Amino acid sequence: MIPVVGLVVGVGLGLWLQPDVPESLRPYLPVAIIAALDAVVGALRALGERRFDDRVFVVSFVSNVLIAAFMVFLGDQLGVGSQLSTGVVVVLGIRIFANAAAIRRRIFRA
Amino acid sequence: MREKPRLLTVVVAVLVGALAFALIQQVRNRDSDDFSNVRSDQLVELLRSLDAANQRLDQQIADLTATREELLNSTKRTKAATDAAQAQADAFAILAGTAGATGPGVRIEVDDPGATVDAGALLDAVEELRNAGAEVIVINGSVRVVGRTYIVDDADGIRIDGRVVQAPYIIEAIGDPDNLVEGSRFPGGLVDTLRSRGATVSLTRSDSITITALADVKTPEYARADP
Repeated sequence: MIPVVGLVVGVGLGLWLQPDVPESLRPYLPVAIIAALDAVVGALRALGERRFDDRVFVVSFVSNVLIAAFMVFLGDQLGVGSQLSTGVVVVLGIRIFANAAAIRRRIFRA
Repeated sequence: MREKPRLLTVVVAVLVGALAFALIQQVRNRDSDDFSNVRSDQLVELLRSLDAANQRLDQQIADLTATREELLNSTKRTKAATDAAQAQADAFAILAGTAGATGPGVRIEVDDPGATVDAGALLDAVEELRNAGAEVIVINGSVRVVGRTYIVDDADGIRIDGRVVQAPYIIEAIGDPDNLVEGSRFPGGLVDTLRSRGATVSLTRSDSITITALADVKTPEYARADP
């Protein structure tokens, strides 16, 4: 219940505040968001399988975001920023699809 | 046992909220189309394509400017040619008697109470005027004298180009007025000859004679232009 409240509060703040994203964070934000989405979809799957753990979620969320941002940063330093961020997005997208497929199988049995 | 999971749940809520917040933020930022989100190598690529487009457009501008110059020149040339052709056509029209004319000249009135002026005398008068530089000659305001004009005696009087003219004969000629007056007045000239035949001749110079009579144009039947 409390996470749903957090979600609503986050949406409300995002709609209401409209702060500018700091210049230094801009390249990392999109990939970090995808990574966090991966963690959230994984958490939903775990919820469905009744083995959700707060601790695992928090750790995976934070580490996902940090690793994704770090990879983009590393790619920028190496001069392959756009390619590497594309790769990260592809991998995370595959994971999101896999988790979504597991949830779907569980709900619809198909 | 109760405290720890509860704290973690709050952390989960905060994380989910942060994700929603960042997501909305990012979507909003995408709407503004500045280049702050674009990576430097993408910017370089963008710049390069813009450069190429710029060069192409420059080339296009140069081509179009050249075409425009060409067209302007050709328009000018066409205009000059048209003007020259028009001037020539005007000159020919005056010569052939197909256009009206205006200009300085003389007006000669020949009254012929004794009917002593015949076609020959009139023809001589016309020739004298031509020698004096008359460019356009008209008799009685209605008969234009051109290259192919003929003057013959007729039972009714004098026939010029098929039209009968009666005394008093009024000859109007456009040309240099001084030359025309001198060329008519000299002893043994036009005026002298006509007076000696018994006609009364009055000669007036005019700064502006307007001739509206046109010659009948006959399309050549045998002659063909040989450029």
